[in-house]
Amino acid sequence: MRLIYAFIAGGLFGTGLFLSGMTDTSKVQGWLDIFGNWDPTLAFVMGGAILPMAIAWLLVPGRKPLAGGEFPAPAAPRLGRNLVLGSILFGAGWGLAGLCPGPSIASLSYGGVGHWVFVAAMIAGMAVAPGVRVTLDRAVPAE
Amino acid sequence: MLSAIPSDWLWGLIGGLLIGLGGAVYLLANGRIMGASGIIGGLVDRSGWSTWAERVVFLTGVFALPILIMPLTGPVDTHITDNWIVIIAAGLLVGIGTRLANGCTSGHGVCGISRLSLRGMVATVFYIMAGGLTVILFRHILGVI
Repeated sequence: MRLIYAFIAGGLFGTGLFLSGMTDTSKVQGWLDIFGNWDPTLAFVMGGAILPMAIAWLLVPGRKPLAGGEFPAPAAPRLGRNLVLGSILFGAGWGLAGLCPGPSIASLSYGGVGHWVFVAAMIAGMAVAPGVRVTLDRAVPAE
Repeated sequence: MLSAIPSDWLWGLIGGLLIGLGGAVYLLANGRIMGASGIIGGLVDRSGWSTWAERVVFLTGVFALPILIMPLTGPVDTHITDNWIVIIAAGLLVGIGTRLANGCTSGHGVCGISRLSLRGMVATVFYIMAGGLTVILFRHILGVI
């Protein structure tokens, strides 16, 4: 069942990303570009996505996941260097290409070779990230 | 047919609700947080190898559903830049950044903010600020994107 649920969740995510226009890099960059012809679409997507997700979080206490196991414990509210630096690097890449991880996968079938190159570079970045983390921690101990 | 409906905002809202519904299913059914960078990254660096099948099936759904819907909506242009250097630099930054921060727009943004997670909110503020400044710098000052 886990795999069926995972496919349904992924399918809903992919459908939502596709229909919302979030695989269109010009809409993402248009939202980030407050000094250009600002496009508010992304705010509607975020708002729409947070609503069902907030209801889901409200259903978590006192229950178990349908497929068994446990719900994820809340992360310790630690605001370390990696969270801030990582988010800044991610945001810079997001602004440059107008793509983040979810939409980059959803658009692979129709976005053309540029999207495959982006995903390949993203995977390479993810592959070196553990090394970057170690190097950073060695240079400047985080917390 | 579907593309005849004018409002991008309405489609954004509808798509957003489906994204959140996907996250709700992943959480309530499998007990997992729907963060795209974590799901992919756990396969890349093998930190999530024990749940590889769930991850691969999830990503297959993300990849495949647009193919099935496309006939209803007509082709979509993603307007991605043809500047390879920009694409590669952006991909590397997104890959390294999301793994360092342990999340991206879906994990920190959608799943984190909806849980009132401080980490999710702080991450979201920083990646939106960085994204905004990047677009200003590379579009309006340097004229690259």
